[in-house]
Amino acid sequence: MVIYGVSFLGACYILGQLLGEFLAKWIGVKANVGGVGFAMLFLILAHDYFNKRKLFSAEAEKGVLFWSQMYIPVIVAMSATQNVVVALDSGVLAILAGVIPVFMCFACIPFLVKLTKPTLPQ
Amino acid sequence: MEIIFNFFEKNGLIVSFVTVGIISYLGFLISNHILRNKIPGAAVSILLGLIVAYFAGLQTGGSKGIADLSLFSGMSLLGGSMFRDFAIVSTAMGASFMLIRQTGIAGAISLVLGTAVSFMGGSVIAFLFGYHDAVSMATIGSGACTFIVGPVTGAALQASSEVIALSIATGVVKSILVTISTPLIAKYIGLNNAHAAMIYGGMMGTTSGVSAGLAATDTKLVPYGALTATFATGMGCLLCPSVFYLILEKIL
Repeated sequence: MVIYGVSFLGACYILGQLLGEFLAKWIGVKANVGGVGFAMLFLILAHDYFNKRKLFSAEAEKGVLFWSQMYIPVIVAMSATQNVVVALDSGVLAILAGVIPVFMCFACIPFLVKLTKPTLPQ
Repeated sequence: MEIIFNFFEKNGLIVSFVTVGIISYLGFLISNHILRNKIPGAAVSILLGLIVAYFAGLQTGGSKGIADLSLFSGMSLLGGSMFRDFAIVSTAMGASFMLIRQTGIAGAISLVLGTAVSFMGGSVIAFLFGYHDAVSMATIGSGACTFIVGPVTGAALQASSEVIALSIATGVVKSILVTISTPLIAKYIGLNNAHAAMIYGGMMGTTSGVSAGLAATDTKLVPYGALTATFATGMGCLLCPSVFYLILEKIL
């Protein structure tokens, strides 16, 4: 049933986000630390585990796939609810401080990719 | 008229499905027919969303874009962090654990480096604009990490509310810029594989920018970028008000 997939996804989400909350509390940080990341890892590992034992039906898979296809629409909704006015109107300092570091980071990516690539078997 | 308004407000989430559907349809129409697929439909739709948010913000003076218009209040639910994170997690289904494990260390390096580079860039610009105290520089530098790290750092260091507002604005500018520029810059920085996507996620940090930017570039890369980006805010909140602030104070 489709709901099994949605429920499975929800369970991974809850476990991951909770772990992120507790980890943040433990290291004394006022934000969720990697909740989404943990949830994704749970999803990958648990899906693998169930799939190998043929416990994950194609129907259930649809429940997860639906949400992964809803991803872009959710992002569109997110961008439509951003505070774009404050970003554009808050003056040159905020714009430069937002723009320049982004390009510095972009510039670092190719080097970092090259630096770490040799350890990977292609 | 009142009946319609009340109805839209009561059924906000459903209204937002329809609204996003229309925005996406327009986005893909523009992408196919006017831009001849040079810019992907997803990217155009996201950009349309930002434009809508801008005009709605001008109209209402609020901070939540189109969601401040009561007709579209449901957009803040569909576009809020719950649905966003839920949808991001679901994209992990096709991701390969092997690839993630192989890139794990590179991802961790990129997280630290990304936080450091953004913090440095942001605080130097703050200095050039006349903020010469370590607290203000650190707060604005943290805003250059993500719009959550900025206010968290500012609160921890007891920065002025004006500086905290600036740091939030800086983070919002960053997330919008990452959204728009990623599909344009992807081919120049080799952003076409899982390995690069994980490094990109760590370097850029902003979960909303990274997830929207990758969605517009190549949906297959989303889980890898999002996976590292989700640690960036935590990393920033950890490093900026402590180690980075102390280093900055030493330098000054």
